[in-house]
Amino acid sequence: MKNARDKLSHPSLTQNKVGLVPKDYHGEMSTLCGGCGHDSISAAIASACYELSLEPHTIAKLSGIGCSSKTAAYFLKSAHALNSVHGRMPSVATGANLAARNMKYLGVSGDGDTCSIGLGQFIHGVRRGINMVYLCANNGIYGLTKGQFSATSSLGVTSKNGQTNPYVPIDPIILALEAGASFVARSFSGDKNQLVPLIKAAISHHGFAFIDIISPCVTFNNHASSDKSYGYVQDNQVYTASIQDYVESVPEIMAEQTPGRLTSVLLSNGEEIFLKAVSEDFDVYDKEKALQLMRSFSGKKEILTGLIYLEKHSHDMHQTLGTTLENLRDIDLSKLTLSELELKEINESFS
Amino acid sequence: MSNIPSKLDFTVCFANVNGSGSASANTLFAKCIFRMGCAVGIKNIFPSNIQGLPTWFEVRVSPEGHLGRSGIYDIMVGMNINTLARDIESLTSGGYFLFDSSLFLDTQAKRSDIKYLGIPIKNLAAEVFPGVRQRILLQNLIYVGALFSLLNMPPEVLETELKKQFNNEKIYKNNLEAFYLGYNYGEKEFPAHSGFKVSTSDKFEGKILIDGNTALALGCIAAGATVAAWYPITPSTSMIDAFSKYAEKYRTTPEGGKKYAIVQAEDEISAIGIVLGAAWNGARSFTATSGPGLSLMTEFLGYAFYAEIPIVLFDIQRCSPSTGLPTRTQQSDILFAAYASHGDTKHILLFPKNPAECFDFAIQAFEAADRYQTPVIVMSDIDIGMNLTLSSPLKLPKDFHLDRGKVLDAKALEGIKNYGRYEDVDGDGIPYRTIPGTHPKLGAYTSRGSGHDKMARYTEDSFGYKENLDRVFKKIAGATSTLPKPETRLSKKANKEFGVIYLGSTAYSMDEVITVLDARGHYLNYCRICSFPFHQEIKEFILDHKQVFVVEQNALAQIAGMLTFELQINPSLLRSLLYYDGKPTTAQNIVNDILAQLT
Repeated sequence: MKNARDKLSHPSLTQNKVGLVPKDYHGEMSTLCGGCGHDSISAAIASACYELSLEPHTIAKLSGIGCSSKTAAYFLKSAHALNSVHGRMPSVATGANLAARNMKYLGVSGDGDTCSIGLGQFIHGVRRGINMVYLCANNGIYGLTKGQFSATSSLGVTSKNGQTNPYVPIDPIILALEAGASFVARSFSGDKNQLVPLIKAAISHHGFAFIDIISPCVTFNNHASSDKSYGYVQDNQVYTASIQDYVESVPEIMAEQTPGRLTSVLLSNGEEIFLKAVSEDFDVYDKEKALQLMRSFSGKKEILTGLIYLEKHSHDMHQTLGTTLENLRDIDLSKLTLSELELKEINESFS
Repeated sequence: MSNIPSKLDFTVCFANVNGSGSASANTLFAKCIFRMGCAVGIKNIFPSNIQGLPTWFEVRVSPEGHLGRSGIYDIMVGMNINTLARDIESLTSGGYFLFDSSLFLDTQAKRSDIKYLGIPIKNLAAEVFPGVRQRILLQNLIYVGALFSLLNMPPEVLETELKKQFNNEKIYKNNLEAFYLGYNYGEKEFPAHSGFKVSTSDKFEGKILIDGNTALALGCIAAGATVAAWYPITPSTSMIDAFSKYAEKYRTTPEGGKKYAIVQAEDEISAIGIVLGAAWNGARSFTATSGPGLSLMTEFLGYAFYAEIPIVLFDIQRCSPSTGLPTRTQQSDILFAAYASHGDTKHILLFPKNPAECFDFAIQAFEAADRYQTPVIVMSDIDIGMNLTLSSPLKLPKDFHLDRGKVLDAKALEGIKNYGRYEDVDGDGIPYRTIPGTHPKLGAYTSRGSGHDKMARYTEDSFGYKENLDRVFKKIAGATSTLPKPETRLSKKANKEFGVIYLGSTAYSMDEVITVLDARGHYLNYCRICSFPFHQEIKEFILDHKQVFVVEQNALAQIAGMLTFELQINPSLLRSLLYYDGKPTTAQNIVNDILAQLT
């Protein structure tokens, strides 16, 4: 009941090219709140990997800390995962990738990881051009610590307990563009038709692929005046303190978008969200335009979604460093060490 | 001049302004002494600055092979007008003060018990070399020339050394010309050669002149480390520079592909994160840092300890707390490093005493990290790390064979029924790990800092959590079985009344302390700690004596504290001798302090 993946993953038992069925891409049972957008993301990742016919063990899953980062365990159970420390997934991803360039790296983090504690790591991960997919499950709230504002909370929004956010938000999309990400997209956890293809494209991309996924927190940020809820406010309902600890199980919200048009999504609590998918004639190769467009949406009610920027000739960290094509970890230690002869030469150079 | 008796163990101190290129010339001088067959110990006391602040470069010439600071300056090359007065003051009675007489004129009046030797260095250089920068650099060679004359050293030694250093014929010639300006001036103008003599012997044949950071880097190469991540910090930087240099030379494929990766991270948190990610994914990886950097790494250190990821850190300790004296030495990170991170964490530490051991311990660090699946921190310091010093040649361990420890491959996984990442299969507390991507269906797990059970499952169950944590402690405690044992020196003549414990770079001076005390008829027993957790042998050593001096280069008696805490030693058995002014302590200091307690 809790897992959205049952609804999102491929319904049939059809084997993909590597002989695996959708179930092979599932993970452990999610412990997130019922209706959490993050579970839809996990399901979308599983679908994307299934559809791409990737063998799960060729993927390494990496995450930071927070609700979003717990999800590394909730998909691809036959892939290794490293649920690291808060905000530091990009550095771990860097190291993992350096050790084995021939694997795929899927990072899942949240807005706390990405835009607060790990802002520096995020920017520098992008700068280094790690060949990875970085998914930011962005709910604009600290869920696991019960509802504090995050750095992506909009200016002036009100928290569940009635506080108003006095700070301007950070837009990770603009940061990613500025720092040189070669694949930048924004999506909505509830639109699998947009999200699954975006994740597939991101996995197939060579270089740093970033997708900011608006993923509503049903428990702490799905209330009146939150703009990271399943919708923008239609009424003035504010949860009372008495139900603070009550985690309501709500059905997953789904919404299909039409490119170029505003999509209104009505949510379980009566809220409405406005998504605007980029139009089909949008030039994804123009970074300047992408930046202008993103800036033009800042402070607006609509959230622009879709593939925002794609670099045609992207490259990755290994190309920058000039590492050999073989996985560094796979080179036998006996081939890496110094021979007696080499050591003799070294000693002589110091004598 | 001949009234000074011939002295074979002496120290030349170069008082320079940093950024003037003096260190290269001073090193050249030291190398020539070594080339002549005499031991040489260098202590570069330099500022945290790029240009303009005072720096002292001490070269101890010791036919006995004593490499610690002598603390006595026999010859001072005074090239810094700002420190002139104190440099003259610090010279020992009967010593020589070499100075640039084209700059300083009034030195004669200050002390009558030392000899002043003026050389018009600036004027000599100006007559021959037109370029300003060139002139500044070559002035250094002029005083080296004058020193050669004073010490009656054969100039051919320098010619050979210069040739090795400079391929460029023009640069070589200019340097040589500058050298002879000073040398010829000395030969002509100095009243006589000094009583100091470079004693030559074949005792040091086969030895090398190397710094600890270079030796550590070479150890990393020998250990098969492929990923290095770091954030620049004095005094660890030269270790990464050396790793880069030698990796490029020995680890590049014929096609030019690098069989290594070095990442300069945005900070030390990222640096250790990169190292951890690489280690988790199967590469031997390391970072080099110093105290402030280690502080930033502590969260990940706890993670690596608990999630059992084999990472290697090199802490080139410097003078703390906080920024402290970043270019001066101390052994003051030891207590912090041993337990770095929140909660009950404990890390394996190795304490090399010199460059040869740096090489060896770097290899052992990777082996121990893989064997015990835990962080290993090699505790060096500025004294070992950045000072070029006489050392035994670097040697690969006997029966050298690198071992990744308990790592399961696909075939092994298929032979296991129900793999548990954190299961104590062998009863030694060391679990079996799998590298990502090993098997399509088996062996995958989630590494996490959250509570987990032996199957690597998230758990908040008290029993499962505690069972797993207890196994980790058991594993760490068992590490003493393979970590480098303490080195004890038991004198047959000792009455077991007094023992001395020390570690790391203090050994430079302690070797001399032992000689001096023995010579004076004070036979003590000595124990050098080489690793942490402490071996039981250390406890036995302490309990074997009435009183044990613990010599350490920090203010809070960190080792003594850890000994009482870790080995349940009665604190009254220990007496701390502490040195923490930032300069490597001298044998004389230690001898005096021990003698004061013996009587």
